[in-house]
Amino acid sequence: MSAPLIEIKDLAFSYNTRPILRSVNMTMPRGKVIAIMGGSGSGKTTLLRLIGGEIKPTAGYVKVADQVVHKLSRNDLFKLRRKMGMLFQFGALFTDLSVFDNVAFQIREHTNLPESMIRDLVLMKLHAVGLRGAYHLMPAELSGGMARRVALARSIALDPMLIMYDEPFTGLDPISLSVIGSLIRRLTDALGMTSIVVTHDVQESLKIVDYVYFLADGVIAAHGTPQEVKDSVTPFVHQFVHGEEDGPVPFHYPADAYQEDLKLENHFA
Amino acid sequence: MPKRIITSIQAIGHRVIDSIWRLGRAARFFALVLLKSTTSFLRFSLVIREIYFVGVLSLIIILVSGLFVGMVLGLQGYETLQKYGSESAVGTLVALSLVRELGPVMAALLFASRAGSAITAEIGLMKATEQLSAMAMMAVDPVARVVAPRFWAGVISMPLLAALFSVLGVFGGYLVAVVFIGVDEGSFWSSMQNAVDFRYDIVNGVIKSCFFGVTVTAIAVFEGFDAPPTAEGVSGATTRTVVTSALAILGLDFVLTSFMFRGVD
Amino acid sequence: MQRTIIDFWVGLFVIAGIGALLILGLKVGNLTSYNTGESYTLTGNFENIGGLKIKAPVKSAGVVVGRVTDIQFSLETYDALVTMAINAHYRFPKDTFASILTSGLLGEQYIGLSPGGDEEMLAEGDKIMKTNSAMVLEEMIGRFLFDKAAED
Repeated sequence: MSAPLIEIKDLAFSYNTRPILRSVNMTMPRGKVIAIMGGSGSGKTTLLRLIGGEIKPTAGYVKVADQVVHKLSRNDLFKLRRKMGMLFQFGALFTDLSVFDNVAFQIREHTNLPESMIRDLVLMKLHAVGLRGAYHLMPAELSGGMARRVALARSIALDPMLIMYDEPFTGLDPISLSVIGSLIRRLTDALGMTSIVVTHDVQESLKIVDYVYFLADGVIAAHGTPQEVKDSVTPFVHQFVHGEEDGPVPFHYPADAYQEDLKLENHFA
Repeated sequence: MPKRIITSIQAIGHRVIDSIWRLGRAARFFALVLLKSTTSFLRFSLVIREIYFVGVLSLIIILVSGLFVGMVLGLQGYETLQKYGSESAVGTLVALSLVRELGPVMAALLFASRAGSAITAEIGLMKATEQLSAMAMMAVDPVARVVAPRFWAGVISMPLLAALFSVLGVFGGYLVAVVFIGVDEGSFWSSMQNAVDFRYDIVNGVIKSCFFGVTVTAIAVFEGFDAPPTAEGVSGATTRTVVTSALAILGLDFVLTSFMFRGVD
Repeated sequence: MQRTIIDFWVGLFVIAGIGALLILGLKVGNLTSYNTGESYTLTGNFENIGGLKIKAPVKSAGVVVGRVTDIQFSLETYDALVTMAINAHYRFPKDTFASILTSGLLGEQYIGLSPGGDEEMLAEGDKIMKTNSAMVLEEMIGRFLFDKAAED
């Protein structure tokens, strides 16, 4: 196996002095589907933005294909991004363009291919997500699951080496959910890409991924293969995977003593 | 009491610092848009597409308003001028007020509320739905691809819309004064042509509308790009575009007028 | 397909806009009376120019033949030195009479040229010797009242 595609070392990021990531270390090999899980607000999306170079870390670095992302010049960063795809939470399709033009967008922006070849490429990508027949629709006419499949087709338009998925399963019905899940797996294998799935949908993602990282309090709390994760006895992982209400992740946000807050003693004293 | 005074002074200070900071960001953004305008001119079809949304779709409101403003001017002008027996000067009155002031200013105000708010809402929504982030992740600069073409479309459309407004206004004045009331057609046109100077009145009017075009679209794209990515954020930004543009147009109009028309010498 | 519709409308819009600018210039404004080319300058000294302004028309028999291009106060003669550009088509005799007139009671002021009978024509840079000042309303009223008083 060659060098890992992504190497993250001592990565930290704060937003207005509020630390979001403290010290994250990860390596991601090529050709795998990797899940990053964690509760809401645990910094999963921030991690994706750091990998994509949208924001700069306060410490540490992210290396993609042996390049330190935040040290790249703007041009080099854009060159790197051509080899990355990102699927946003709700697809983020361009609402003023048709499905066809959405998928063709990147090809038209970055290449000078003739229109006939663009057409073939776009239809191939749409066929891969099963929506070749919907090429003429506008994004407003698509269901949530279809929109995300189109967005998936759009992000693989230039055959990237890496695709990042930001909460791809949010708000989908069970059928669309497993369609997206299996598409992620199939496309990763077929195109030889690497996929990073940020999610808190444990059941669906454990079915398709190769490796799981758990993010909590700005650090990697646990990691392992899906099987290891399921069998884990680590309290945090156990709570998360089985969706228990209380555990290491407390139900209550830190607060003063309940009685004091309600000033109960005043009434009964 | 003193504590309350201190807090209100603080509130004023906070607002002032905040608006200066915003103004600085707006200026930096404006420079960025200009810097990244090369794409707009290399791929002019992007600008043409936006001229359609910004200019062509504003035509109806501009033309209808121009016609009515001109008709009202004709009516009111005639009412007043006939008292002095100089109703033939109604052409002069209509043309001068339209070409110098009402054409550029009214067209810019209408443009701000029709096209400016639409630009802000569109860019704001693209930001709120992560379309701009998606574009940046596809290695396409949103400022160059989304903002700059809209900016230039506005700058190109504004003088044309203002000219159309003035022409329709003059036509409206003609309808009322000549066709309905019966002012002599020849003296209507000749008094107008004698009074309206090409360099001094018309060119200055066009220059004004160019300034307004830059101002309104710059405000609109900045508000859209700067809007908080939420529904309330976008609607607030849209309102701000219309209010800020209106104030900027009227203020700028005073400044420009005082530079352009300070007596004839 | 949609692209061509957009192109069509934008094209129409731009043509209409430029057309509007042309109409403003030609029909509303005085672009037609701008003679960028041929003209010659004449000067004249006026005791009082009243409200005459630069770009005011110079008319003869009611026809615009030129425009006022400059108004200076002359320190030699202590009166107003008015420079005007006259369209090269129009030639005037040496003894042409220039007076400052008002169109209507409250209208703008212009220079009226009444040609004399001289054989020689005015040429570039010449000075009109016979001039008549503007009627100043206050003076007229004053004279009128004075005459009235004298009659009584």
